[in-house]
Amino acid sequence: MSQIIIYTIITLVAIGAAAAIILYFAAQKFKVYEDPRIDEVEVALPAANCGGCGFPGCRNFAETLVKSDTWDDLFCPVGGNETMSKVAAILGREAIEQAPKVAVVRCNGTPEFRPRVTEYDGAPTCAIAHSLYSGEGGCPHGCLGLADCVVVCDFDAIHMDPVTDLPVVVDDKCTACGACVEACPRDIIELRKKNKKDRKIFVSCINEEKGAVAKKNCSVACIGCAKCFKVCPHEAITMENNKAFIDSEKCKLCRKCVVVCPTNAILELNFPPRKTDKIETDES
Amino acid sequence: MSLKTFSRGGVHPPEYKLSAGKTIVELPPPEVAVIPLSQHLGVPAKVLVNRGDQVKVGQMIAQAAGFVSTNIHSSVSGKVLKVDLFMDSSGYRKMAVQIQVEGDQWLETIDRSDDLVRNSVLPAEDIRKKILEAGIVGMGGATFPSHVKLTVPQGKTAEYLIINGVECEPYLTADHSLMMERTEELFSGIQLMMKGLGVEKAIIGIENNKPDAIEKMKQVVQGSSVTVQGLKVKYPQGGEKQLVQALLKREVPSGGLPIDVGVVVFNVGTALAVYDAVMKNRPLIDRVVTVTGKSLEKPSNFIVRIGTPISSLVEKAGGVPDDTAKVINGGPMMGKALPTLDIPIVKGSSGILLINKNEARRREVKPCIRCSKCVTVCPMGLEPYLLMTLSEKALYERMEPEKVMDCIECGSCSYTCPSSRPLLDYIRMGKAEVGKIMRARKAV
Repeated sequence: MSQIIIYTIITLVAIGAAAAIILYFAAQKFKVYEDPRIDEVEVALPAANCGGCGFPGCRNFAETLVKSDTWDDLFCPVGGNETMSKVAAILGREAIEQAPKVAVVRCNGTPEFRPRVTEYDGAPTCAIAHSLYSGEGGCPHGCLGLADCVVVCDFDAIHMDPVTDLPVVVDDKCTACGACVEACPRDIIELRKKNKKDRKIFVSCINEEKGAVAKKNCSVACIGCAKCFKVCPHEAITMENNKAFIDSEKCKLCRKCVVVCPTNAILELNFPPRKTDKIETDES
Repeated sequence: MSLKTFSRGGVHPPEYKLSAGKTIVELPPPEVAVIPLSQHLGVPAKVLVNRGDQVKVGQMIAQAAGFVSTNIHSSVSGKVLKVDLFMDSSGYRKMAVQIQVEGDQWLETIDRSDDLVRNSVLPAEDIRKKILEAGIVGMGGATFPSHVKLTVPQGKTAEYLIINGVECEPYLTADHSLMMERTEELFSGIQLMMKGLGVEKAIIGIENNKPDAIEKMKQVVQGSSVTVQGLKVKYPQGGEKQLVQALLKREVPSGGLPIDVGVVVFNVGTALAVYDAVMKNRPLIDRVVTVTGKSLEKPSNFIVRIGTPISSLVEKAGGVPDDTAKVINGGPMMGKALPTLDIPIVKGSSGILLINKNEARRREVKPCIRCSKCVTVCPMGLEPYLLMTLSEKALYERMEPEKVMDCIECGSCSYTCPSSRPLLDYIRMGKAEVGKIMRARKAV
């Protein structure tokens, strides 16, 4: 009986040894060289796999960082400058600094400002509602309120406000990966420069219709009157397609435009109250 | 002998042809007409009039801006108020011409008499030209410019002309009433089309729920090479690929058109418009619209000018009933809900359907139970449950090999789903995305 056991063990050991030798030579022969730095870089990245850098996952981005000659278009919005300088240290290169960004929802069409004139009871996604009609509020550019942006956010940084029926971005959690920008069928969400204390000034409307029509649908619509354009001392405001746009790179947060806007379409957020009493902020 | 029908899929929703047998009532021109510049598939027409211009009925106000495009004519006489953006049935604002109606002055060239003109001496080329000039599009709802269909591409031959009198959508009776009341003109229009197309044989397909129309058409076509074929009632038999299959047992290849199997399909409304254009010099300025609904006081068939607001039609049919939940542009299967009634009738409006709260009730969406009913009823042989899931997960590149572009958006899948899943909504979205991908690939 014991003989059988001994034979079995010997046979198995022999097969194992033979296989090990074959595998050793095969591994030598078909070895794929991979830069060990890729692993190091991957560890340094946030491992969110959100796709915010434009590559399918952190591993792929790490490979690109190691292989690519220029880093002009390569940036991890989630890790930000800190991560990029860590990666640069690993690779012995110079990191390109980028100002941190944050997602901003450019629509203020709450039921109060933009009365709902129809009722949508179809499939509850913005993409489908957008393909079917102009939306419950009648504005063909405004937020549909069906939360496609909330669904795609990997960081729990955006949620729907049940009162305003609009998405709200939590600035501290937002990594500016851009998933919500992609998901919004109406391009309402924009990535803007993150300022100190999360202060922002932006035109909270992307309506391209003529002033009278826009105003009919929504009382806080940008009517393209260009008052802000004229008052801006920093040339940060451009007028196009009946609407104003504030370039967050050029804006110096002087708040002059907010005062002149006749429809309160320009919002200022997270600012201390003004000294003069004639203006109210739009945080409500 | 069992009746002919298409072989794959299909459903049979309740017919509710409430306005069947109602005489077509002509409505007077509206006070203000809004005539959109894009009432057809393809490039929007190029506007020819300016603010303040006086126009007459039948005057061309916009010109075809390409081969797949067509002319648009004023349906009223009066002064052009504005050329501006106006809301169309999609709820989005598109370019349109607004005309303040003054009197009812027609162009002198239009023959307004009811006399029947039978024989045409015009050569085929002139017939096609007149059809383009008159701005005729497919009146069944797809609004594809008719002159394009009548121009047989090189290397292909047309053998049959099929006239679509199926009207498989529940509620709608516009085509039915046309076949009953304007039979002779219709037949003359069919003969013109056959000549324009250069075919010898034509078949009129009519579903069996319209025995009077079948009888009447049969009487008229006696002794000619046109035949009338009764068909078993099944939705979506009015889809051209289904109709070709039902009548001739020929399968239109995936991604192809009926002309690939030697057939061209036109709606009965289009045949009538062709008659008016060629024999009477009358461009496409009005159409028959069914206004119907269970709670509506007087379900009717109206002949209305293009550009008339939908609200005035509903008013004529007895006003909006109190329990109305939705107003649908088109039939209940393929139509779309309107955001407001202040939208003009266009060349493709076949019906206005007012559905009440009970009918509009949506059932709760439940998970797919893999019963495969949607696969069974899909007339194109697709797998709707799979397409919906792919679209939901944004896996658009996988939808193309699943032949999503073959979907005719008939809605049979959504209709039949026991879990009330919005299959078509997702598939339609995926189709649009795949279309974008395909166009982008072509552009490279």
